Amino acid sequence: MEYWLPIIYMGIMGLALLIYVILDGYDLGVGMLVPLANEAEKDMMIASIGPFWDANETWIVLGVGVLLIAFPIAHGIILTSLYVPVTIMLMGLILRGVAFDLRVKAGDHRRGLWNKAFFAGSLISSVAQGWMLGAYITGLQHSTTSLLFSALIAMTLPALYLILGCGWLLMKTDGELRNKAIEWARMAIWPMGLGLFMVSIATPLVSSSIAEKWFTLPNALYLMPIPMVCLFCYGLIVVALNKPEMFSKGYSWLIYACTVAICFMASLGLAYSIFPDIIIGGLTIWESAASVKSLQFTLVGVVITLPVILFYTFFVYRIFHGKATALSYE
Amino acid sequence: MDFDPFVLARIQFATNISFHILFPAISIGLGWILLFFRLRFTQTGDKAWEYAYLFWVKIFALTFAMGVVSGITMSFQFGTNWPGFMEKAGNVAGPLLGYEVLSAFFLEASFLGIMLFGKDRVSNRMHLISSFLVAFGTTLSAFWILSLNSWMQTPTGYHLENGVVMVDSWMEVIFNPSFPYRFFHMLIACMLTSAFVVAGVSAWRALRNVDGPATWKVMKTGVVIAAVLAPIQILVGDFHGLNTLEHQPAKVAAMEAVWETENGAPFTIFALPDEKTKTNRYALEVPYAASLILTHDANGEVKGLNEFEGEHPPVAIVFWSFRIMLAIGGLMVLVAWWAAWQMRDKKPPTKPLLYALSAMTFSGWVAVLAGWYVTEIGRQPWIVSGVLKVQDVVADHSSATVGGTLFGYILLYGFLLASYIGALLNLSRKPAASLSLTAISAPQATNKEA
Repeated sequence: MEYWLPIIYMGIMGLALLIYVILDGYDLGVGMLVPLANEAEKDMMIASIGPFWDANETWIVLGVGVLLIAFPIAHGIILTSLYVPVTIMLMGLILRGVAFDLRVKAGDHRRGLWNKAFFAGSLISSVAQGWMLGAYITGLQHSTTSLLFSALIAMTLPALYLILGCGWLLMKTDGELRNKAIEWARMAIWPMGLGLFMVSIATPLVSSSIAEKWFTLPNALYLMPIPMVCLFCYGLIVVALNKPEMFSKGYSWLIYACTVAICFMASLGLAYSIFPDIIIGGLTIWESAASVKSLQFTLVGVVITLPVILFYTFFVYRIFHGKATALSYE
Repeated sequence: MDFDPFVLARIQFATNISFHILFPAISIGLGWILLFFRLRFTQTGDKAWEYAYLFWVKIFALTFAMGVVSGITMSFQFGTNWPGFMEKAGNVAGPLLGYEVLSAFFLEASFLGIMLFGKDRVSNRMHLISSFLVAFGTTLSAFWILSLNSWMQTPTGYHLENGVVMVDSWMEVIFNPSFPYRFFHMLIACMLTSAFVVAGVSAWRALRNVDGPATWKVMKTGVVIAAVLAPIQILVGDFHGLNTLEHQPAKVAAMEAVWETENGAPFTIFALPDEKTKTNRYALEVPYAASLILTHDANGEVKGLNEFEGEHPPVAIVFWSFRIMLAIGGLMVLVAWWAAWQMRDKKPPTKPLLYALSAMTFSGWVAVLAGWYVTEIGRQPWIVSGVLKVQDVVADHSSATVGGTLFGYILLYGFLLASYIGALLNLSRKPAASLSLTAISAPQATNKEA
C-alpha cells in the first residue's frame, strides 16, 4: 500500500490536470479569440462555452486538491515557489469568470469593458499557466535558464489553448465564424509547435537521469510512439487547416481530437520523465506522500465519485451537443 | 514603513476569504429558494412564480460565478500562504477538501449548466432535478468545509507523530464537537442572508413599482423565511456559544471581554477593551447577565482571559464583532416580524416597511462576516486549536511580495464588489416580464453533424 498509493494518486492527479488542459484549454482559447470577432460572433462564441466553463475549471481544483491530499509537502513547496504566477493566474481566472455574467448584466454601456476583461483574464491565466509549467519542469530553480525557459513556455502554451479553442469553434459554430476560426488556427499552430518541441527537449536537458531514460536502448524504441503520434497529429492539423472544405464534410472534430491526442501523448511522456519525482531532482512521490490512512480514506471517495463525475460530465456535453445556440445571460 | 509579512499574509487570507464568503452566503440559500419558486410555478401555473424564478436565477448565476472564482483562489491559498498547515495537518485537511471537490464542486458546476441554459434541451423533470442538485451541491460543499473549519476549532479523532497529525477516527474528525452547531448556525445564516436579499431587492423594486403586486409574492417568501428562521438562529447561536464555552473558553472570554475569572459575571453592552491595562473602559454592564447567558446560572463561573496568558485572541475586535452580529440578529427579528405582521392576509406593504426591508438587503453579509470574525479571530493564535499556531505555518515570502499581491487583490475585489452590486441594481430596474422573453434561448434546429 505504501508503495502503490502514491503512484495511484499521481495517476489521478495527472488525469485531472490533463482533463483540465483539454477542457479549460478550449474555453480559455475561445476567450483569447474574442477580440478578433464582431459583436454577434462574440455572443455566439461565449454561448458555445457558457454551460461548460465552470465545470471545466473544477478540474484544476481537483488537480491541486489531489496534490494537497496526497503530497502535502510537495503542495507547499510547489505553490510557495510559484506564488507570483499562481496569484496572477487566479486574478485572470477571477476576471474572466465574472465577465461571463457581467458583460450582459452590468448594463449595455459596460459591455465593452467586460469583453476586454474577459479577453484579458483568459490571456493572463493562460500565460501564467505556461509560466508555471515551464518553472515546474525545470525543477523550480531560479536560474536564468529556468526563467528564460518559463518565459518561452508562457508565450507558447496560450497557442495550444488557441488551437483547442479553434477546434472547439469548428465543432460548435458554422458560417463566417467558422472560417475565421480556421484562419486563427493557421496563425496559432506554429507557436504551439515550438512550445511542444521546447517542452519535449527541456526535461532531458535539465536532468541527466531523465535524458538517460529516454535515449538508451531499448527504452528509446518503446517510447517512439509518443513523439511519432504527436508528429503525426500535428502534421494532420497542418494539412487539414489547408483543406478547410473537409471541416464541413463531417470532420469538424478533427483539429480538436488531434490536439487532445497530442496533449495525451505529451502528458504520458512528461509523466514518464518525471516519475518517480514530484519535484524534479528534489523530492519523490513517496517522500512527500500523506499518511496511508488518509490516502485510503480519500481513495474510497475517488473510486466512487470519479466515474460518476465523468458520467455526468459526458451527460452534460451530450445535452448541449451540436452547434451552439444563442443563450442569454441577461 | 515596514510590514511584518506574517501579518500581511493573514490580512491577505482574511481579505480573500471574507470576499469569498459573501457569495456562498447568498447562493446556498438562494439555490433552495429558486427551487421553491420553480416548484410553486409547476404546482400553480401562476406566472408570478415563473417571473420570480427567471429574475432570481439571473442573480443566482452571477452570485454563483463570483463564488466559484473567489473559491478557486482559496484552494490555492492554503498552499501559497500556509504551507506548514498542509505539512502538519494535511492528513485531515486534504481528505476533507478532497471530498468537497469530488462530491460537491463537480455536481454543482456541471448541473448549473443545465439549470441555467438547458431548459429547452431537457424535460421539465430533468430541469427540476438539475436545480435540486445545484442547491444540494452548494449545501454539501458547506458541510465539508465547515467540518474542516470546525475540526480546526475543536480537533478530535487524531494523534500526533513527530508533530504531524495522524487520523484515528474519521467519524470523530468529521463530526467533531463544534461541527453540528457551526454547520446549522451557518446554514441558517445563509438562508437568512438570501431571504433578506430577496425581500430587500423586492422591496426596492416595489418602491419603484417595476413589477406591481407580483413582487409582493416574492417579497413575502423572503419575509416568511426570515421571520421563522431569525429567532431559531438566536437559539442555535446560543447552543453554539455554550459549545464554545466548553471547548474554547479563551474565545468566549474575548467575546465577553472578561479579563479575570469571576462568578456572576456581568454582560458588557458597550466598552472599549484595553489590552494594555487589561480593563474595559467606559463599560456599560448588565449584572450577572453573562453568567446567566453562558452557564444558565446567575452565579456561574466565567473563565477570564487571565487563564490564557499569551495564548488568547485579540480582545477588542472579537468583542465588537460579536456585538455587531448580535445587533443585526436582533434587528432581523424585529424587521422580519414587523413585515410578516403587516403582510398578513395578503395586505399590501406600507412605504416605511419597504424602505426598512431595502435597507436590510445586505444585512446578512454584515452579520455573517462579523460572526466569522468572532470565530476565526477568536481561534488565534492557533490555526488548529491547541495543536498548531498560525505563526509556525506561514510561508516564507517577503513583505513586498505579499503586500504587492494583497494590494492587487484589494483593488480587484473592490472593483468586483462594486460591479456585483451595480449589476444587481441594473437587473432590479427591469420588469421580470421583459427579462423572461430573453431568458430562454430561442429553440433552434440543432445541427447533428458535429
